[in-house]
Amino acid sequence: MKKILPKITLSVVGLASTLMLGGCNLVIMDPKGTVGQGEKQLIIMSVIAMLCIVIPVIIATLFVAYRYRRSNTNATYAPKWDFSTTIEILVWGIPMCLIAFLAYHTYVSSHELDPYKPIAAPADNPNAKPINVQVVALNWKWLFIYPDYGIATVNEMAMPVNTPVAFRLTSDATMNSFWIPQLGSQVYVMAGMQTQLHLMSTSTGTFRGLSNNYSGSGYSEMKFKAISTDQKGFDEWVEKVKASSKQLDSKDSEVYKHLREDQMEYAKTHEGNVLHQEPIYYGTVGHHLFDDIVGQYNDGHFNVHNHGNSSAAPAQSNDMHSGE
Amino acid sequence: MLGILSLKDIPYNVPILVGTFVGVAIIGLAVLFAITYYGKWTVLFKNWLFSVDHKRIGIMYIVLALVMLFRGFCDALMMRTQQAIAFDSPGYLPPHHYDQIFTAHGTIMIFFMAMAFMQGLFNLIVPLQIGARDVAFPFLNSLSFWLTTAGAILVNISLFIGEFSTAGWLAYPPVSELQFSPGVGVDYYIWAVQISGIGTVLTAVNFMTTMCKMRAPGMTWMRLPVFCWTVFAACIMIYTTFPALTVSIAELTLDRYLGMHFFTNELGGNVMLYLNLIWAWGHPEVYILVIPAFGCFSELVPVFCKKPLFGYATMVYATLTITVLSLLVWVHHFFTMGAGANVNSFFGIMTMIIAIPTGVKIFNWLFTMYRGRIEFTAPMYWTIGFMIVFVIGGMTGVMLAIPASDFVLHNSEFLIAHFHNTIIGGVYFGYIAGMNFWAPKVTGFKMSQGLGKAAFWFWFFGFFLSFVPLYITGFDGMVRRLNHYDNPDWHFWLIIACVGAFCILCGVVCQLTQIFLGIWNMDKPGHKDITGDPWDGRTLEWSTSSPAPIYNFAHIPVVHARDAFAYDKEHGIDTRRTSEPYQDIIMPKNTSAGFFIGMLSFVFGFAAVWHIWWLAIVAGILMLLIVIGYSFKEDKEFVIPAAEVERIEKEHSRNIMTQVAE
Repeated sequence: MKKILPKITLSVVGLASTLMLGGCNLVIMDPKGTVGQGEKQLIIMSVIAMLCIVIPVIIATLFVAYRYRRSNTNATYAPKWDFSTTIEILVWGIPMCLIAFLAYHTYVSSHELDPYKPIAAPADNPNAKPINVQVVALNWKWLFIYPDYGIATVNEMAMPVNTPVAFRLTSDATMNSFWIPQLGSQVYVMAGMQTQLHLMSTSTGTFRGLSNNYSGSGYSEMKFKAISTDQKGFDEWVEKVKASSKQLDSKDSEVYKHLREDQMEYAKTHEGNVLHQEPIYYGTVGHHLFDDIVGQYNDGHFNVHNHGNSSAAPAQSNDMHSGE
Repeated sequence: MLGILSLKDIPYNVPILVGTFVGVAIIGLAVLFAITYYGKWTVLFKNWLFSVDHKRIGIMYIVLALVMLFRGFCDALMMRTQQAIAFDSPGYLPPHHYDQIFTAHGTIMIFFMAMAFMQGLFNLIVPLQIGARDVAFPFLNSLSFWLTTAGAILVNISLFIGEFSTAGWLAYPPVSELQFSPGVGVDYYIWAVQISGIGTVLTAVNFMTTMCKMRAPGMTWMRLPVFCWTVFAACIMIYTTFPALTVSIAELTLDRYLGMHFFTNELGGNVMLYLNLIWAWGHPEVYILVIPAFGCFSELVPVFCKKPLFGYATMVYATLTITVLSLLVWVHHFFTMGAGANVNSFFGIMTMIIAIPTGVKIFNWLFTMYRGRIEFTAPMYWTIGFMIVFVIGGMTGVMLAIPASDFVLHNSEFLIAHFHNTIIGGVYFGYIAGMNFWAPKVTGFKMSQGLGKAAFWFWFFGFFLSFVPLYITGFDGMVRRLNHYDNPDWHFWLIIACVGAFCILCGVVCQLTQIFLGIWNMDKPGHKDITGDPWDGRTLEWSTSSPAPIYNFAHIPVVHARDAFAYDKEHGIDTRRTSEPYQDIIMPKNTSAGFFIGMLSFVFGFAAVWHIWWLAIVAGILMLLIVIGYSFKEDKEFVIPAAEVERIEKEHSRNIMTQVAE
């Protein structure tokens, strides 16, 4: 025991510092978006606050265990001592103070970093209008619809840097969680419901995006590229997508049905192979496609939120074809 | 005739499964042969399988738990190996197989390893600690065990007939719905969990009643050993929350079997309803598991520190606080569903508050060690290891409880590392410490301390090697349940995690050796526990012989203080009251009813999985008939004559004398 104790101490400290310092290269500790930055600060703050108790407890445990070992007859032995009001007050009081501190920050950060809260345009780009992106999870791929541009893509999305992005998300298959780790928060996507997410990238680059809720055998393939670029690059990207002759009309169109169903078959027959899916661009996309996808599970009601305004919009005609 | 079961459901073309089957068959045949060779069939059935003795049922629970631990651990090794090699390649497990493995790993470890181990400890210790001769309902106890076993058999049979669920250990819809899981895997999951769940609820009812009604005279609530308090808390949680599990799974069953729409995408189904229901059970469940582990530590720390538990009352209040709070935190499992900031902060803060009583417990063990004379036995190693590992797990738990942090940590490998940190560091370390501590009482021999310590070191370092890399990949945006990946940054860490898993394997091997060596050497001097009190124990179970006689206590002990046995020893009171005349003792007779109902429930479950309706109906009717038949049986007890009691007690006294003389 004597020889081993310092070793344990060393390894614990080593592991803790690996977590803290090695974190610099890890994507959560290297955020490229405002939300992610807020979450990084929060994590670091809470870890430091808790380590103030955790490290002394670990050291005290090892020290007490070593000091009061049976062979150490020099140590005080109090065979009857089993209560002390002072200690009781301390052992309840100290954790309470820590938790009160963290609870305050929990409340503030929950409101501050609520995924549903729109992000204001940044100071260096005050006229930036939020980019609206509608996301549909399919088995097993991501469909991105840009309603303001009339385009859609699969497994690739782009956004201008320093511009808020407002996501509305739903699923036309299993439940998934939409996540671009370097930008920050994730949110669940569920069929028949829509969730919201607001993110903003602060530097350009291509980020990994993925699903963070197991959704079946093709789950590992559910990856996409999130490209953050300057306004010019974004405009070019939009033009590139618009140039595609592919069309995605309504949810009842053959193209959409094929997109929705095909991958299921594909994953079934190619199980075990690593797929590298190429992005698909649709130069035109039907109006209301997203709403129709949500609405098909709710008698046409598409304005279904998990919280916030819950007013159901009037039923949309499901056979509305509006592709141009 | 056979429902939807046909020859193509036998996976004879999957080499891993065929290999497993051959292995299991060889071991099974060897065991059958050994039993026949030594002529132990009658003993096996009459004294064990049909037993209603809580001590034997406890041992059977722990054997079941260890077998299932082995199975679940093999799954873990396969997953770690897959992730270590599946960088930019498909690895060796196709998704369909891999998904079954992670589902089986979680299901087995929680329902059939941890829950079985926990109920085993309840059985072995509670009646002895409260000075009772058996539990309140001995037959129900046997039935609970066999229902749990039936569930475990269902999970294992799915390896060779059909498939297991690929929907994860909580079977989240809509993946678990017929539309996305048309096979029988989810049905195996449903029936295994439901059948064993009934067993668990019966256990809770049984032990709750036992503790309320059968405590020895003088054992007031505030003299109840802390382990019993934790069992009490676990029982409250079991029967407040298991109904939520039963209902959510039953609704899933209705969706799958009768085409209903509780959780489907269409026709008003709502997956979030399922998530809320199942986590209303799922979160208390982890406290159900860990609180009795805390109870184990609270019993063994005072014994090995040679002083009473610090802050007994605080410990009790902290336990009950956790019990209540555990019911108010379930939403923290899905902060990311898009609930509002107020809902999220409420559940986040409630979750953090649990850290307070938990922290208090850690401090109380620390102050029990403080100014003690600590004997570094294997259980003490597990305890100190637990205190170090668990505070780290608690810290990462609070990180996950802050909704805004959870938005980037949720469902990632960070989460996986966190809950293994608490479940291995808390539950597993606790149960193993308890097993090492109580083994002499249960079996009559001390387990090898050296091997116990070696197992600890392998587990301790293996744990850090396995799960610190997962904390790191979690911070690197790696999500759970990935079959393969193309991010080179994760590869190194996943190889380390795989090494860690094999390090833990060495620990498991040490533990198995420890058990087999113990049995091998059980009658040799130095191993055998003659006095029944090898550690200088403090509670009533140590006043009996090891193993305790069938009736536990010839005279029901009278309790004068907390730590009743320590008090008696100190004040020269004879807990066993050997000078008083012995009386006839009435004990419940063994019965085969529990065994047969359990096996029939397995048949029922299997038939329901494969839609063999006639068989399900037959099994159901037979179960009902056995229950009715057993209820009308009058001759359920037998008498141990006073002379026999006296003989057993005298022999124990003689053993103590010889030991003292030596």
